[in-house]
Amino acid sequence: MQITVTVNGESHTRDVEPRLLLVHFLRNDLGLTGTHWGCDTSNCGVCTVTLDGVPVKSCTVLAVMADGKQVGTVEGMERADGLDPVQQGFVQCHGLQCGFCTPGMMLTARCLLDKNPDPSEQEIREAISGQICRCTGYENIVRSVRWAAEHEAAAKAEVTS
Amino acid sequence: MQVPAAFEYAKATSVTQTLDLLAQWGEDARVIAGGHSLIPMMKLRLARPTALIDINDVDELSYIKVEGGELRIGALTRHAELLESALVEEHYRIFRDAERVIADPIVRNRGTVGGSLCQADPAEDLSAAFAAVGASVVIQGARGSRTVPLTEFHVGPYETVVEAGELLTEVRVPIRPGGGSAYVKVERRVGDWAVAAAGAALWTSSEGTVSNVGIGLAAVGAEHFRAAEAEVYLVGKPATEESFAEAGRIAAQHSNPVADQRGPVDYKRHLAGELTVRALRAAAARARGQEA
Ligand SMILES: Cc1cc2nc3c(=O)[nH]c(=O)nc-3n(C[C@H](O)[C@H](O)[C@H](O)COP(=O)(O)OP(=O)(O)OC[C@H]3O[C@@H](n4cnc5c(N)ncnc54)[C@H](O)[C@@H]3O)c2cc1C
Ligand code: FES
Ligand code: FES
Repeated sequence: MQITVTVNGESHTRDVEPRLLLVHFLRNDLGLTGTHWGCDTSNCGVCTVTLDGVPVKSCTVLAVMADGKQVGTVEGMERADGLDPVQQGFVQCHGLQCGFCTPGMMLTARCLLDKNPDPSEQEIREAISGQICRCTGYENIVRSVRWAAEHEAAAKAEVTS
Repeated sequence: MQVPAAFEYAKATSVTQTLDLLAQWGEDARVIAGGHSLIPMMKLRLARPTALIDINDVDELSYIKVEGGELRIGALTRHAELLESALVEEHYRIFRDAERVIADPIVRNRGTVGGSLCQADPAEDLSAAFAAVGASVVIQGARGSRTVPLTEFHVGPYETVVEAGELLTEVRVPIRPGGGSAYVKVERRVGDWAVAAAGAALWTSSEGTVSNVGIGLAAVGAEHFRAAEAEVYLVGKPATEESFAEAGRIAAQHSNPVADQRGPVDYKRHLAGELTVRALRAAAARARGQEA
């Protein structure tokens, strides 16, 4: 069936089988391989994307369910003036090693900061608790998100002062 | 790569349209809500519906409100919405306790209250929580709607009284002020299904005896997710540690767990008793207003 999905602000119309999963639609049909695909059982969270602004595991969403909706992937995180502060935080604080979990982690972090600009360590750990990282031990991921929170707060203060 | 078998698909935008599509597509059609139980089952060919009716855009099923002295929760309410609802928290703290330990935050963004109950997994936490607070569900079909108490809703593992062509539309919880409720769960790791879990809702008289109580159990084979014998025992007894210990003993005795990768029978039965005691203790403290 024909679906139209807006991904990172750009509308895509494709003919798909109803059984196609959103993760494969993004990776294979649209060539957006920044969204990773791991466990296939909604446990690891590497396939996390946003659906109408909310993080979801795209291995457990059908592409047809995203018809008419907004999807956000890691490819859409960068802003006109450079990397998203969350991306910068991962660079600055060594928030990744192999990078397999990173796109999902950064999207969840972005959604967390949009809701809660000053999250505690506990709140960050809770927000990413549905995503597995086999490399970092999470410590540097938490630091990266805190880095982004602090830099965003500082940038905001500069604008208003 | 896990891919479901082929099926037809349609998006519904109203309850009426969903019921029409269910009638049209026959008994091998299913509704899909969050899809977080159904899609994994379809990938494994444990479920093989010929058609899916997507109810994610049926906005009329997405609400939490108080009406007619009841908390009314639309079937499409997401776990995350139940968790964050101040209205729910005001009346029944058991739901925040339970939702905090159901799956993980991303799964909770997607999974729904109605999907959880209809999935009827023996370890489903919301089934136990709703059993504890004496909930009922509204089921709508082509011939009208009926209200079924949760104690008559589950027929067996993965089986409910919802028939082909029917839709669960709402969960209703009677509001009875002055009580306290709580949920406790033991899981192997964050986000996992329960090894065992217990929920309790408790009301006391001015003399400190138990005037009304509900106890729900998940993952230990309790009939209808409920510790009915322990409830009967507790009514009229003083709300004390001794009574709770005996209620826990009764709940454990009547539970019927099966051994699996989450633990052996003895361990789960032990947990059924111990978690019943802890849930009752926490609910009683909240009823007395003594605990955060
Ligand atoms: C990784 C992971 C961990 C989880 N951990 C837990 C946990 O710890 N505790 C727990 O309780 N649950 C857990 N779950 C299950 C989670 O709560 C699911 O979201 C829930 O069981 C199903 O809800 P859903 O909306 O996704 O239902 P779906 O998958 O869409 O549907 C499930 C079934 O219900 C039917 N259905 C759905 N809505 C209706 C309706 N309104 N009327 C009639 N039939 C309907 C469908 O046809 C299907 O048969 C977990 C799930 C995952 C993926
Ligand atoms: S691939 Fe989706 S959660 Fe692991
Ligand atoms: S950086 Fe390797 S899995 Fe997280």
